[in-house]
Amino acid sequence: MQAITVKVGLASCGIAAGADNVYRRLESYLLESSKMVQLKRTGCIGMCFEEPIVEFDGGDLGRVTLGKVDPKDITRLLDEYLSGHLSETHLILADKHEAKHNDLMGAQTRIVLKNCGVIDPQSIDEYEQSGGYQALKQVLEMRPYTVIDIVRGSGLRGRGGAGFPTGLKWGFVFDQPGPKKYVICNADEGDPGAFMDRSVLEGDPHRIIEGMLIGAYAMGADEGYIYCRAEYPLAIKHLRIAIQAATERNYLGSNILGTDFSFTLHIKEGAGAFVCGEETALMHSIEGMRGMPTLRPPYPAESGLWGKPTNINNVETWANIPWIILNGPQAFRAIGTQQSPGTKVFALAGKVAGSGLIEVPMGITIRDIIYKVGGGIKDGKNFKAIQLGGPSGGCIPAELLDTTVDYDSINATGAIMGSGGMVVMDEDTCMVDVAKYFLHFTQSESCGKCTYCRIGTRRMLEILERISSGKGEIEDIDRLQKLAENINHGSLCGLGQSAPNPVLTTLRYFRHEYEAHIVDKKCPTQVCVDLLTFSIDETKCKGCHVCALRCPVKCITGKRKQPHVIDPAVCIKCGSCFNSCRFDAVVKA
Amino acid sequence: MSPDTQLKQPYQRLREVIEERKNLRNPLIEILRIAQEIFGYLPIEVQEFIAAEMNIPVSKIYGVVTFYNFFSMKPRGKYTLNICMGTACYVKGAPKLAQMISDVLDTPMGETTEDGRFTLSAVRCVGACSLAPVFVIGEDTFGRVETKDQVEKVLAQYK
Ligand SMILES: Cc1cc2nc3c(=O)[nH]c(=O)nc-3n(C[C@H](O)[C@H](O)[C@H](O)COP(=O)(O)O)c2cc1C
Ligand code: SF4
Ligand code: SF4
Ligand code: FES
Ligand code: FES
Repeated sequence: MQAITVKVGLASCGIAAGADNVYRRLESYLLESSKMVQLKRTGCIGMCFEEPIVEFDGGDLGRVTLGKVDPKDITRLLDEYLSGHLSETHLILADKHEAKHNDLMGAQTRIVLKNCGVIDPQSIDEYEQSGGYQALKQVLEMRPYTVIDIVRGSGLRGRGGAGFPTGLKWGFVFDQPGPKKYVICNADEGDPGAFMDRSVLEGDPHRIIEGMLIGAYAMGADEGYIYCRAEYPLAIKHLRIAIQAATERNYLGSNILGTDFSFTLHIKEGAGAFVCGEETALMHSIEGMRGMPTLRPPYPAESGLWGKPTNINNVETWANIPWIILNGPQAFRAIGTQQSPGTKVFALAGKVAGSGLIEVPMGITIRDIIYKVGGGIKDGKNFKAIQLGGPSGGCIPAELLDTTVDYDSINATGAIMGSGGMVVMDEDTCMVDVAKYFLHFTQSESCGKCTYCRIGTRRMLEILERISSGKGEIEDIDRLQKLAENINHGSLCGLGQSAPNPVLTTLRYFRHEYEAHIVDKKCPTQVCVDLLTFSIDETKCKGCHVCALRCPVKCITGKRKQPHVIDPAVCIKCGSCFNSCRFDAVVKA
Repeated sequence: MSPDTQLKQPYQRLREVIEERKNLRNPLIEILRIAQEIFGYLPIEVQEFIAAEMNIPVSKIYGVVTFYNFFSMKPRGKYTLNICMGTACYVKGAPKLAQMISDVLDTPMGETTEDGRFTLSAVRCVGACSLAPVFVIGEDTFGRVETKDQVEKVLAQYK
């Protein structure tokens, strides 16, 4: 009989949901029983909303994945699997059977995430068994320029947000005189609603290292850095383990695999500044200085880290490289669209039923992502908008759900592809509040070098705060638009240039919501607290006095068994009365 | 022990850390990180000490410390309680959660509780969006926490 394997998803979100308890429970159970079962850890399977997730394989039932597994139940579930019994309640995926999420996975194409949630990220053996480091071996037999030709031919575009053709960028660095050149992996993942890069770093670190090795060989670099957010301790740990293992097998170090090619790789931890994701700022940060952007040109390709020619790519860009080498540029072009070949990884989150990590072919519509891959909107609510590109991006409304995912179509909506954050918003989300949220973020993350970025965003935020507290004037909309233009033109780096985007797109598609705040002094979704009023419907009030006891400022009065009243002048709009009334007598409007 | 001798040891350790790394190409951020581990925060005296040891102006160190969110010039609590203010958590009620935690601990965001147990701060996406809203204490992540009772129960585990 084939050996039975049990895999537990132990990425960050799995651990947060309690997957390590499941793992420990299994470990001790298997230790005391004599079952022939191999226990393994793996990364993010992608269905984070079903965490903790466990996969069984090798038995008569074939591969079976269970979700929302309680540590208490795990040993029973394992025994059931071993005896050929399928546990319907937890079943989410199965190779040989019907399972509720089989089609969510079916709509995806996995290149970057091929190994995520499949192999043990701490095991170089498993990476090698999945075809790992084969691409490097092939490349070491090629002339460096051939490698660049392959990458150029694939049409791969940078996945960090801007979508610049990767092969072209590599060509620039190749053309620079040596001997010293650097390659950098941008793992700063600044978008505050995204975790794609993190999942790849945690779940398949060798893929990134192999991609960097191939790039370094092609461009003639002998040293590299992975610049990773310090908030990603598990990613950093897995990278360290991977670098150590790869060095032991001579994939890293001197005279790699008996060739003349040598390459050393360092990890540099960031210290929490969004602007450090910008490439020039990132390099200053590696150099140990404040991570402030500087004017380009010179581009990093000419004068980057310590003044040397440097190529910087995003995590996902690097992770595409080994696949492209192994399968060829034509196979890559066969996926996606003419101008945007390949796939894109997204962190799908917010008010969507199936939040998690997905990889889809370019050219898919946003509608299909939300409804086919993401399982629709949570709790049967109505879709309102989807946010792409984080603080530099924008919101796409329901009318544009059939927009296809490729760089040009998304740019045409005013949003951007971004690095892969995709936050779904439903009818309960206030778009003015969302714009305010992003502006608050960019305003506090501006490095302060450019006046417009520093002060302009501050002004925009003040206007938005005024609007959401009922003090806005209709002229404010023009003021926002004018400021947006000035900030865009007057800022040195992408942070400032794109900071107005969330405001501009919400103004474009949800102007009526701004107007409701300004003219009617109402927040249609009841999110903006200052615009709320609380009152008591005297026909429904039973005079139970519960709300009066809960009210922290004691502004509710009334005799027992008689309708109560709220004094609006004192009310602080905390909502305690609304939440405590059992008769729905408190009206929030 | 007088405060003086109490402090000597950490400074001694810091001196060794600096000595080991002094000649590396880009040691400042790493040294500051370790210094913050040793002292818990980076008061101006520590910055002056590093400046003298490394023979660089204290203004440069101050510039780096104030630039990065990671560094703090104020003493911090025993645990840092980070509330995720990433987009996904925000649309799923992170501001409410922050208010709730701040009420329970009777401490505004950004400050440390009177008993020195927690420092409240905000972080961006911690990669657990599917459990939003999320907060993190040390290395433990808590998700789908929606009521005051749940918050109190979690906080009680940290003494
Ligand atoms: C404010 C700002 C933040 C950025 N943050 C990131 C980031 O977190 N990750 C990333 O890969 N690129 C980020 N970028 C883009 C980088 O500057 C750069 O374009 C990218 O790393 C290039 O890699 P690619 O061609 O593979 O996309 C950011 C840019 C700006 C202006
Ligand atoms: S645009 Fe903003 S973040 Fe970028 S360099 Fe100017 S001030 Fe700094
Ligand atoms: S809790 Fe409801 S029913 Fe009771 S006094 Fe308040 S409004 Fe009236
Ligand atoms: S982190 Fe577990 S499935 Fe995504
Ligand atoms: S936004 Fe909070 S965990 Fe991602």
